Amino acid sequence: MKQKLVPYSIIVIFFVIFVVFYKSLEDTNIYTPEVKINNDIPIFSAERLLSNETLDSKEIFQLDKFYILNIWSSWCAPCRDEHSILMDLSKSNKFIVIGMNYKDNKKNAKSFLDELGNPYEKIIIDKNGTKSIEWGAFGVPETFIIYNNKIIKKYIGPLNQELFLEIQNLTK
Amino acid sequence: MKTFKTLIIIFHLLFFNNLYANENSERNEITKNLRCLICQGQSVYDSDSDFANSMKILVDKKLNEGLSDKEIYSYFKEKYGDWILYDPGLNKNTYLLWLLPILIFLFGGAIIVKSFIFKK
Repeated sequence: MKQKLVPYSIIVIFFVIFVVFYKSLEDTNIYTPEVKINNDIPIFSAERLLSNETLDSKEIFQLDKFYILNIWSSWCAPCRDEHSILMDLSKSNKFIVIGMNYKDNKKNAKSFLDELGNPYEKIIIDKNGTKSIEWGAFGVPETFIIYNNKIIKKYIGPLNQELFLEIQNLTK
Repeated sequence: MKTFKTLIIIFHLLFFNNLYANENSERNEITKNLRCLICQGQSVYDSDSDFANSMKILVDKKLNEGLSDKEIYSYFKEKYGDWILYDPGLNKNTYLLWLLPILIFLFGGAIIVKSFIFKK
């Protein structure tokens, strides 16, 4: 009996290891952070893109309104893809779309908006990328839905038609 | 002349002795413990990606605001979750990570004790 126990337990151990490793083969090794929702929005002040004033976060986000904060850049190709969705969202007067221009230069950003249209009510500049980190973002494009000064939803990567419908349903 | 040369060498040795590259030591210490989320297997300190460079600027800013390293870690943990720290705290997701080495150590110790001590 005792002689059989060792080979059996070795087989069981190897089987368990095999299952664990096999399962993790399917996992992607690109990490996406836990989407933390219901976090308070950070307090900041930032320069505006289209004028020289600076804006405080308090002036941008008011209570009882839905806001979309979109982090974008003229050099980011997926931002170009999602731009039409943002245009549609800005037309649907349920949301106020705020843009955050990430590590961009003003001239390119302006010609990007001239070419594709400007869905943003206000655009703030994040020259060195620190403001987007304060929001918990790690790249472009990224979209936050804000209500009552809380982040209620966060989308990493470009928006698409499916997410457009999901965002529209959030206000109901 | 020879003594003069020796004196110059000694002077320089003493002088350069005071040069340290520790201007950013506190920042470096902290960024070494933060994972660069968009790189694979690199810390923020090691990486030169856009994300890591912004993180370094932000860590500097937080240090200037007078935050301690612990406060900075918890600040980033709140934004990005446990994964950003190389030294995760003990909680319900990580207890296995912390306890497994101890269990394996005890198990191995038990085998050694059994086979070497009790056999005799």
